[in-house]
Amino acid sequence: MMDRRPFVAALLADRGDLLVVTGIGSSTYDVAACGDHPLNFYLWSAMGTTAMVGLGLALARPDRRVAVITGDGDILMGMGSLATIGVKQPDNLSVVCLDNRHYSATGMQPSHTAAGIDLAGTAESCRFKRVERVSAVDSAAAMRGLLHTGQGPIFIHAKVEADDQKRIIPSRDGTAIKQRFMQASMKQV
Amino acid sequence: MAQPQVDTSHARAHSQPGWPDLIHAIFKRSGIRQVGYVPDTGHARLISLCQADNEITDVVLTSEAEGAGLVLGAALGGQRAALLMQSSGVGNCINTFSLLRNCAVPCVILVTMRGEFADFNPWQVPMGSITEPTLKLCGFLTYRIEREEDIEDIVAAGCKMAFGGGNFQVAILLSQRMVDRSKPEGH
Repeated sequence: MMDRRPFVAALLADRGDLLVVTGIGSSTYDVAACGDHPLNFYLWSAMGTTAMVGLGLALARPDRRVAVITGDGDILMGMGSLATIGVKQPDNLSVVCLDNRHYSATGMQPSHTAAGIDLAGTAESCRFKRVERVSAVDSAAAMRGLLHTGQGPIFIHAKVEADDQKRIIPSRDGTAIKQRFMQASMKQV
Repeated sequence: MAQPQVDTSHARAHSQPGWPDLIHAIFKRSGIRQVGYVPDTGHARLISLCQADNEITDVVLTSEAEGAGLVLGAALGGQRAALLMQSSGVGNCINTFSLLRNCAVPCVILVTMRGEFADFNPWQVPMGSITEPTLKLCGFLTYRIEREEDIEDIVAAGCKMAFGGGNFQVAILLSQRMVDRSKPEGH
């Protein structure tokens, strides 16, 4: 089991032009804790849809790598989207699930994964090309490599400690972060 | 109790050109590049046209609730997107529509209506009867098409409203009476 913050920081080290979409709650705070970035898109509503935002983006930008960084609760709420991704087979999309087996935003109630529901197995059955199960920070360098050059769709199931981290809160202005993201990602075409 | 009925007529459905072809042409003119849908009899021909079109990425969804996420992602990547669904699917989307409003993402949704005109299945009525007000409450501009002759004007106008700079969310309801005329018996 590992701390989520150093794992996410290592995943996003030297990120270059990687496009990052984060799920509502802790994973947004984890990514923001690495420093705000114009190629981050933070979701603040619609739990369960983060992987689909990643899919729409990956299909629109086959020339770029897209990483979804989210939690077990978000994946559980939109489990069908793993099947939808499996149908489309986007080779530039990775989904990183930071699984702490709890809903940290609402008071650490156990999620379905606490009862042994296996999201990596779900991703395998949904035809993700590559599924990794990691639980140590020293795996992060290899996982970072997958985000940049692995053949997708990739699912990285990262078991992290169930602890309440400091909330690092980025902008909640949806139109502003959308415009910033689009400008930053388009000009590098 | 009535005996279960067997129907195989869908196998020959939707081979004739018609109003779905007009909508497909408007999608092309409007620069729509991604189309998300849950399989549906009323939208079957339009779905086939989108699948066969190399300039449109078609995305089959497990639930309409996935659609708003897809549209937002497409917009972040610089592509316009549309969704096709039944009226029942609108209810599956309510919370996810918040993405489109919060981020001012233009979107066109075509909704085939159920539960409003001699529907075989009365369980479609509760959602069908609140589909349009629900969309309005979610912030959509809504239009309703009763006759095939209005498809061209209204779908084109809806796409202009969405993609003409206002970044609005537009829903176009296709009446069950109109859609059912182009469906095979039993659907």
